[in-house]
Amino acid sequence: MATGTTQTSTDYIGHHLVNWSVGEGFWTFHLDTILVSGVLGLAIFFAMMAAARKATSGVPGAFQNFVEMVVTMVNNQVKDTFHAKSELITPLAITIFVWVWLMNAMDLIPVDFVPLAMHAAGADYFKAVPTTDPNLTFAMSITVFVLMLAYNFKFKGIGGFLHEALTVPFGKWLFPVNLLFRIIEDIAKPISLALRLFGNMYAGEMVFILLAVWAGAGFLWVPFASLLSLGWGLFHILIITLQAFVFMMLTIVYMSMAAESH
Amino acid sequence: MNINATLLAQALWFGFFIWITMKYIWPHLQRAMAERQKQIAEGLAAAERGKQELASAERRAEEALNEARARAAEIISQAEKRATQIVEEAKAAAKAEGERMLAAAKAEVAQEVSRVKEDLREQVAALAIAGAEKILRREIDAKVHAQMLAQLKQEL
Repeated sequence: MATGTTQTSTDYIGHHLVNWSVGEGFWTFHLDTILVSGVLGLAIFFAMMAAARKATSGVPGAFQNFVEMVVTMVNNQVKDTFHAKSELITPLAITIFVWVWLMNAMDLIPVDFVPLAMHAAGADYFKAVPTTDPNLTFAMSITVFVLMLAYNFKFKGIGGFLHEALTVPFGKWLFPVNLLFRIIEDIAKPISLALRLFGNMYAGEMVFILLAVWAGAGFLWVPFASLLSLGWGLFHILIITLQAFVFMMLTIVYMSMAAESH
Repeated sequence: MNINATLLAQALWFGFFIWITMKYIWPHLQRAMAERQKQIAEGLAAAERGKQELASAERRAEEALNEARARAAEIISQAEKRATQIVEEAKAAAKAEGERMLAAAKAEVAQEVSRVKEDLREQVAALAIAGAEKILRREIDAKVHAQMLAQLKQEL
């Protein structure tokens, strides 16, 4: 009995941590990540697009009001942090906050619902929360990194960028150290950005999975595990919002650092 | 944790969504919100103007009311004055009329008195003559004294 439970638990956890994928080696595509993130993104951004297209300066409808609320919140953060003029930063921040929040929110769906449904549809493995896939978080952070580099060149010029990279923080005579510091600093940004989101969501998902295993261990454990799962779910509402906000906020900060010489 | 081509696909999604937000969501919303802000500011200004106009209208109404009150009081006092005047006039006229009627009555009475006196005198004369006639008829021949009697009658 005990060994049997351990065996199935391991299987169960392992099963939950494998992506639904096609392809070999590097050319592997995680279909679940691509599908869920794409569907969520398309749904919310096309809905927002429809709302924006119909946006009236008169009394806004419920959805327009909600979108405006979110957008205004993001825009206020941008205005507080990013002082240069840019048409990109606010849309970038909005995209990150809304999309990441929605993908994180997939975590609130009970861990087995989506995999079971997809299993019935023919997919052997399915990870429902795209932000637990490092491919997604790194894709976002590297895109932000590229934009950051582009902003460095756009606002400072190549000369200004090189000058800053070589002379800050220790002055021009220590330029190799400065350059090394700069490289480490800039590389650390996308890595920390991606791993922070991935780690938080992966860990949160893991707790849900473990609670589900506990509930499966015996009839008596179900109430305890359910209660804890509810508590963790409520707490997770905070975490998914916080992580979306942190990703957005750090992106704004990095972009503003790229745009302003320091 | 295996990094693979999913990353490229996700970068494409990300770029696509940024593009949609930048092109089709943010500008429209920004414009609508800025416009609404302007409208609200204008509305508030209009309300402020309306409030001021209301206050001035109230002030004007108050003035008009006060004026009307003063006018009404003036009219009432005039009317009262006129009423007492009319009463005085009526009194005076009545008094004059009474005096006039009194004078007429007195005159009539005097006239009546003189007429009655005349009558009385004639009757007294007639009585006197009749008395005298009765006395004289016994003693005097009427023919002899007729002349004297006629003379007497004339003197009376």
